Order: sequence, then C-alpha cells, then structure tokens
Amino acid sequence: MGISPVLWQFLIKWLTHSALFPPEASTAAPWMDSLYFFLLGMTVTGVVLVAIIVTTFSLRYRKSVHPVATQIEGSTLLEATWTIIPLGIFLIAFVWGALLYFRIYTPPVNSMNIYIVGKQWMWKAEHPGGQHEINALHVPTGQPIQLTMISQDVFHSFSIPAFRIKREVIPGRYSTVWFQATTPGEYHLFCTQYCGTNHSAMIGTITVLSPEDYKKWTEESTSGMSLAQNGERMFASMGCNACHSGNAAARGPSLAGVFGSKLQLTNGSQVLVNEAYLRDAILNPSQHVTAGYAPIMPTYQGQVSEDGLIDLVEYLKTLHTDYRVQQTLTTSDSDQAAPPASEVVKP
Amino acid sequence: MSASSTTILNLPDQSTAQVPKKNFITAEHGLLSWLLTGDHKRIAMLYLISITVFFFIGGAFAGLIRLELLTPQPDLVASDTYNKLFTMHGVIMVFLFLVPSVPATLGNFLIPIMLGARDLAFPKINLLSWYLYIIGGTLVLTSLVLGGVDTGWTFTTPLSTHYLNTHVITTATAIFVAGFSSIFTGLNFIVTIHRMRCPGMTWFRMPLFVWSHYAASILMVLGTPVLAIAIVLVALERLVGIGVFDPTKGGDPLLFQHLFWFYSHPAVYIMILPGMGVISEVISTFSRKRVFGYTAVAFSSVAIALFGFFVWEHHMFIMGVSNYSALVFSLLTMLVAVPSAIKIFNWSFTLQKGSITFETPMLYAFGFMGLFTIGGLTGVFLGSLGMDIQLTETYFIVAHFHFVMVGGMLMAFLAGVHFWWPKMTGRMYPETLSKMAAVVTFIGFNLTFLPQFILGYLGMPRRYHAYPPEFQILNVLSTAGATVLGIGYMLPILYLAWSLKYGAVAGDNPWQATGLEWQIQSPPLTENFTTIPIMDHEAYDYDWLEHKTKQEVTTVG
Repeated sequence: MGISPVLWQFLIKWLTHSALFPPEASTAAPWMDSLYFFLLGMTVTGVVLVAIIVTTFSLRYRKSVHPVATQIEGSTLLEATWTIIPLGIFLIAFVWGALLYFRIYTPPVNSMNIYIVGKQWMWKAEHPGGQHEINALHVPTGQPIQLTMISQDVFHSFSIPAFRIKREVIPGRYSTVWFQATTPGEYHLFCTQYCGTNHSAMIGTITVLSPEDYKKWTEESTSGMSLAQNGERMFASMGCNACHSGNAAARGPSLAGVFGSKLQLTNGSQVLVNEAYLRDAILNPSQHVTAGYAPIMPTYQGQVSEDGLIDLVEYLKTLHTDYRVQQTLTTSDSDQAAPPASEVVKP
Repeated sequence: MSASSTTILNLPDQSTAQVPKKNFITAEHGLLSWLLTGDHKRIAMLYLISITVFFFIGGAFAGLIRLELLTPQPDLVASDTYNKLFTMHGVIMVFLFLVPSVPATLGNFLIPIMLGARDLAFPKINLLSWYLYIIGGTLVLTSLVLGGVDTGWTFTTPLSTHYLNTHVITTATAIFVAGFSSIFTGLNFIVTIHRMRCPGMTWFRMPLFVWSHYAASILMVLGTPVLAIAIVLVALERLVGIGVFDPTKGGDPLLFQHLFWFYSHPAVYIMILPGMGVISEVISTFSRKRVFGYTAVAFSSVAIALFGFFVWEHHMFIMGVSNYSALVFSLLTMLVAVPSAIKIFNWSFTLQKGSITFETPMLYAFGFMGLFTIGGLTGVFLGSLGMDIQLTETYFIVAHFHFVMVGGMLMAFLAGVHFWWPKMTGRMYPETLSKMAAVVTFIGFNLTFLPQFILGYLGMPRRYHAYPPEFQILNVLSTAGATVLGIGYMLPILYLAWSLKYGAVAGDNPWQATGLEWQIQSPPLTENFTTIPIMDHEAYDYDWLEHKTKQEVTTVG
C-alpha cells in the first residue's frame, strides 16, 4: 500500500486531535458522567435485549423451521414484567436526574458571583471587582462560582460542556447557574440556543486558573472601577438620589440596607429584595411601590442597559448607609445651582 | 397456499393474471376527476404524491446541511443561508411530511376499508384537508422562493418576532393552514371510527392500525389548535406588537415556548403513533400470529396519547422554569416512556412461536424496532433532569429525535408503503432490490446519527454553522452516513415507479393477511365493498383466513 506520507500525517493528526469524550473540569462533571454511564448501560442493555429476543425468535420460528404458527393470546405475567421493570429503571433515572438537577441549579451560599450579559452575538462577563471580558471568562479553581445571567435581546444559552453546565439566558429576567472548576486549562463556551445569523460564532473560552494565577489576573485586568462604584456614579447622574436620599421628607424610600430585606408593598404583598426584584423595580416601578410612598417613579425601561442595571443592582447591594447619598449633589440641585453662573456669562 | 418455506408471498399465475379492469384508479379519467374526487383512496394517492415531493425537497436541504458540516469552517454557504436551510428542513419535514405521512396516506386509504366502510365520514372535508395541505405547502415554497425564513422550525420568540426580517409571517401562515388540514383529517378519522364500523366490528375487533390512528387523531384535534394560537400570536406580535411575548411590554417570552411545545410535544406522538400501527400489522402478518397482548398494545396507544399532553415542559428544563414543576414533568416523561417499552416487547413476543418470513415490509419493521428502541431509550436521558442540562440543545437531541422520527416513523412509513403497495396499485415491487434498500437505509441511518450522540455529549450545539476542529471526524462519519441514507431513500422511489407498469400482478391477498382490506380486489373498487362485510371474527385471526381460503377452493374447484 503506497499511502502518501502527507496524507498519512494528515490522518494521524486528524485521528489524534479528535475528541470522543469531553474533559472533566468541574465538580459537577463526575456526577454527570456517572449518571451518563448508567443511562448508557440501560440503553445498551435494552437494545441488546431486544436484538437477542428478535434474533432468537427469528431463527427458531422462521417459516422453514416452524411452518405453522401457534396462536398465543398474550400473557399478563409477561406483560406485567415488562411494564414494571422498565418503569423501575426509568424511576431510578428520574430520581438520580432530579438530585443532579437540584445540585447544579442550587448555588452554595458562599459562591462568588459573576454577571453574564448575552447579546447577539457575544458574551460579556462582568466581575464584581470591575474586570470586564468579552467572549471569555477567567475563573479560579476550588471556589464555587455563581453566574447571574441575562440577555439583552433574544434567548441565548450559556453552555460549558467541560463543566457539564448549561442554562438558558433569557431577556428580561436573571437566570443563575453555578459551578466549581477543578482543573486549570482552557475550555469551550458555546451559545446553544439558536439566536440568529452568527449563532455559531457566539462562542468563547473559559480559562480556569489556579487561585494564585487568578489573583494575579484580577489585579492585572481590573478597569479601576468596581461594578458598585460604576453603579454609584449612575445613581447620582440619573438623579436617583434626589428621591432616594434617605431624608425624612424624601419622596422615595431609603435604599440603604434594602437588599436582602423583606419589603411591604402598597398592594399588600411582601417581597424579598433580591437582584431580580431590584432590576424589576427600576424598570417597572409602578408594579412595585413600597408601602407608604406614592407611585411617582417613572419607568427606566429603555434608558438603562443591562450592564447599567447590573451596576445599579451591585451598588444597591453594597449600600448600607445613606451618608454618601446625602453628600452627593443631586442633579436637580446642580440645575438650580447653574443659572446664576449662566446669567453671568450672558451679556 | 404457497409451497415455499421462506416466503408467504402468494401471487396469482402471472401468465393469466391481470389487474382488475374496474378499480378506483380507472373508475374516472382526467385530471379533474382526481382534483375533485371524494374517494378516500384517490385523496390518499394525492397525499402520497405531494408528501413525497416535499420529502425530497426537505431531504435536499438535509443533504446541504450535512455537506456544510463536512468541514469545521463555515465555507459552503453563508451563515444566514445555513440558518435558512435547517429551518426549511425542519418546517418541511415536520409539518409537510411527518405529520401527514402515515395518517393522510395509508390511514386515509385503509381506515374505511379496515372498518368495512365505503368511505370516510366526510369525503368533502377529506378533500378540503388535502387542499389546505397544498395551500400550506405552496406558502412554504413561496417563502422559500422569496428568500426563505431563518427562525428555526421552533419559531422561538423574541427572535422570530423582533429580530429577523425574513418571511416569518408567510411561513407561519403556511403552518397555520397546514394545521387545519391535520385537524380535519383527525376529525374525519374520529367520526369514522365511532360511527362507520361495519356490523360485528366491535372496538376490540379493530386492527391495531385503527387504534393507533384513533389515538393520533385525538392528539391532532386537541393539540393543533394550540399551535394555531401560538402562531397567530407570533404574527400579531410581529405585525402590531401586541406584546404577549415581549418582556418590555410586560409579556413573557417563555409563554410562547409553553404554547408551542404544548402542541409540538404531542405532535411527536402524532408522528409516531400511526407508524406503530403499521408495525403491528406488518409483524402480525409476517409471523402469522395475532399481536401479542392486543389489548395492551391498543391501550398503550391511548395511554401515550393521554400522557403525551402532560410532558411538554421537558423541552424547557434549563429555561428557568420552577425546579419543582420540572420535577413533575420529568416524572410524567418517565411514565410516557413505559407504554412505548410495552409495545416493543409485545411486538418482539409476537414473533414467539410464529412462522416468520422476511419480506421487505418485515425488514423495515425490524429496522423500526431497533432504531425506535434506541430513540426511545435516549429519550430517557433527556427526560432525566440533570442529564438534560448537559444534553439539551446539542447534537444529542438532534440524534435522539431523528432516531424517533426518521428511524422510527420513516421506517414505519416505508414498511407500510411496501406492505400495502400491492393493495394500492395492484402490482408488486421488485423483492430483492427493495430488501437491499431496507438494509442500506438501516446502515446509512445508524452511520449518520450514532456519531451525533457522541458529538452531543461532547457539547456540540445544534444549529451550528461552524464548529471546533476536534469535532470533525464524527461529523465526517455522519455526512458519509447521510450519503448512504440518501441512496437508501432514492431506491424505493425509483423501483416503486417502475413497478407501476412492470411489477408482477399482486392479486387480492399476496401476503395472506387477515385484514378486511386484503379480502377485496387490488386495487379496490371505488365503493370498496360490493356488499358491506360482517365482521364475525377477531382481528388477526389466521385460522379464520385459512378456513375461508379452504372454503373458497372447495366452492370454486
């Protein structure tokens, strides 16, 4: 056989660089894989069983061997057997799967939060310390990480096969998933929900670093402003502090310490203030009026981007006192301060 | 009776035999006699021709998709074109091929005859349903010619409502109209099965083919209107922005998915149940035995139809639905898998102590059992909540539903077409060639879709125009398989067309089957029966058939 050496090398490269099983790079991966092998075993057993039954009967009862068929009505015992045994196996798959599902979708309380914003056709990652990444995500090993994700336009889906996690990224609401990386390296990030023209280009690289390397990375790549600091700036520039000033006569409720508290609304319901509630209260204030206040806040729908909302939410999460709010000049005050100056300039 | 020990095929003496001069095909002449017919058999033929055309259009798109995926780079077509290809492939294959495939062709042709009736309950509505189908099909082709649509067959909002400027409304209208065609077919079947059974044809004497169509009809009538509602809302959202699915207007984008899958999950059973009916008939005939546990098989069809309505949320496990509702839907999904398992085992045990022969329909039926078993069991992966996180939206799901829809339904459809071909046309297809086609299809299918399971666990997302280079070898295998599969599907169309003129004359009952349809001439008369038969025996009663044949021989001889 005279196979061209070029072709040979090509074949070798091709065969050695092809994947058959995804790398295991998170704590969830071994859990997922054991369930996968259980289900794979079930499938192979089932198919082999059917194949054996059909082949055996086909050989033993083919017409040349067994010219006249014997009529059988059925057998309740046999039928009960092949109802109950598959049902039992399927129920094991159900329980096992449910345990895994709750594990992957219930973040531990000590997890570090990173925000993900999906848009056609890129992923933006926002670290609380002010690191911003596009189509990339750096994470440390050994630390549970929660992703709080939202889409700016259509449905996307955030999938890291090596971590065995995936979650839909939905417009208009936060969805969360968590993982704990175990092996440093680079892994694929895919958008798995069809999202238009460049769906297959909405991919990225997950870089898993050791805790020391991660610390180095965070220091080197910070933008200088944390998300909360950005949020504080927005809070002032949009004039939020004019009403939410914490003064006794303020038109809006004080927001210090509001995150995590239970809030009484005018419609009588009580809500737990979390990220989703804060975001919704900024966009649809009339639906979420705190008891004792008038529904005068305008909607900010279309005026704040998802990134801006994340900044605001992060700011409100860290707001424990109104001191700095009251020290900041509100936009309306600065308006009032301005006229004398302009009168001076006018001839 | 046939003397051969390897076949039950019993053809009349070819030197004297001829196809009956008077039959439903020769009853009237001219194109108009077909286009204005009320005869269920002629309408079935119209459907058979039209769905075959759409199958090959959809198949061509599949071929282009696989060709593009031969290389990791996006090099054959542009991304938008690729997105249009898989959208059109899905829309055409689901709505214009799979949903009407067995019910509108074989079901239409056979249900009245199997029940001993002269036609369906509403012949004109039956014709109307074909016209609606053609209007839907024409609209799909229109949107194709105008530039196509790239929503994916699932029409996910807000992508389909706000972000695409392709022909979404034309395609949506097409699906809306084609949906009514399926509602009317279902309605017609339900009324016919309830009201038009011949004397003695009790519910439990009906062939299982009829039972499975009854279950599928219930799904069509109850499920399709919900799809119509979802589609209308998408159109309204696009045209006037009513905001039902738009979060900035207080709508909920997930609502669309609930509505869509409320139809589209039962639609899976609309597609597969009639196929299961075909398999019951074929396996019984070629093993000369009553179907093992007739009642269990009949009721498992109805159970699938009932449970089928309460599992739709398993398409949305990762979409932020409540964890506890996911729990309920996962459990129900596991329950719906059980009746399918029951059927597979009942068919297997039908072979036990039979007298089995291996003609083409039987080979396709075996193919169905193998592929459907894999398709069904991989469904359990996806129903298992945690596993679904890794597998959903990847090639695993593509492989799974192709195993069920193509491996299952298309195999069943081909088994049925070969089985009833002599009844429909009066002529036999070439036996060796058709056996070869069945084997080629089976091999090609496995080569195409088994690698996709591996790709899915690796995480390759579906609907990807380009992919990382380490996935290439599996994609090359899959494309190679698709080529073999393509040949497997081309062969039947060629030799079946050939057989229309040159095939051996089949006679009334070439398979010596027991169904009422085999006791009349092939092709049947327009009125099916000269006198309405009286059903005095169970379905699949081979002793009755033998007795009857003996009597005929004595009387004639």
